[in-house]
Amino acid sequence: MGIFDYFRQPRQKSASVAKERLQIIVARERAARSGPDYLPAMQQELLQVIRKYVQVDDDAVQMNVDREGDCEVLELNITLPDDKE
Amino acid sequence: MARIVVITSGKGGVGKTTTSAAIATGLALRGHKTAVIDFDVGLRNLDLIMGCERRVVYDFVNVINGDANLKQALIRDKRVDNLYILPASQTRDKDALTQDGVERVLNELSEDFEYIVCDSPAGIERGALMAAYFADEAIVVTNPEVSSVRDSDRILGILASKTRKVEQGGEPIEGKLLLTRYSAERAERGEMLSIEDVGEILAIELLGVIPESQAVLNASNAGQPVVLDEESDAGQAYQDAVDRFLGEERPLRFVDVPKKGFFGRLFKG
Repeated sequence: MGIFDYFRQPRQKSASVAKERLQIIVARERAARSGPDYLPAMQQELLQVIRKYVQVDDDAVQMNVDREGDCEVLELNITLPDDKE
Repeated sequence: MARIVVITSGKGGVGKTTTSAAIATGLALRGHKTAVIDFDVGLRNLDLIMGCERRVVYDFVNVINGDANLKQALIRDKRVDNLYILPASQTRDKDALTQDGVERVLNELSEDFEYIVCDSPAGIERGALMAAYFADEAIVVTNPEVSSVRDSDRILGILASKTRKVEQGGEPIEGKLLLTRYSAERAERGEMLSIEDVGEILAIELLGVIPESQAVLNASNAGQPVVLDEESDAGQAYQDAVDRFLGEERPLRFVDVPKKGFFGRLFKG
């Protein structure tokens, strides 16, 4: 620290921002990798089934596999559109 | 049987080819008969970094297709004994690297060499997958920068699942981290991910840290692998990495900020 630093605005160090962002995205991508191979295909098929009845966006079906002890939990979230047709 | 080592990263421009040239040259300097192969079909560059671009007659794809044999295609390094280069083809045919063909070439090289260093192309396309598939060991080259770290993690996932070893029921390849273009000053100021930050995120063994250095560009300008520049920080850091790769213990160098005197601290530059 030089004496001139005392007059500078303190701000969050960019490296710590980088680290935080990386930890989050890397954890998410690792979770996606470690899921069963059939997940993406299943997601697509579910999307097609849902679309028989209601028009939804491509990202309307969200799937997540969590491990709780010996149990694997498949979490499925379907977002329906707001306006009813 | 040779040990097959892939130099990989996912992201481009982080120093894979520089590292391939340095590690292969370092291994050969220690008396190990080493071949370094450029897997970047279409964008041949290892020959330039090794300084043998004008001696290329046949290439990797020529050997795979049977247009030439290995002896004709391998370029013997003029500076270092025991060092041979197999250049990439400049064909635009993405499918030129067949799995059978690559395996045949690696098997033939294995009979005669101790180490085969595979310089992977960037990305996760066929060339990169082929470079990694037959590997026994992997060196993951990473810059202390978000996109490079993320891509390295992606590559670690591929190394853990898509290699011959895993498919044959063996252990997944762990990959060793080589952090390149590191600036201790910037890391200390909090402007760059530190060695510890990257280590924590990727959670793999650290093989070495190469400081950001003018010697690297000088070496590539001249077509000299940077390990041959024994005076340079980067050259010495690569030598340490080669020693660690061979199982020796070497303390990290060039990772601390030089201490400044009183006036230096007062008028921080």
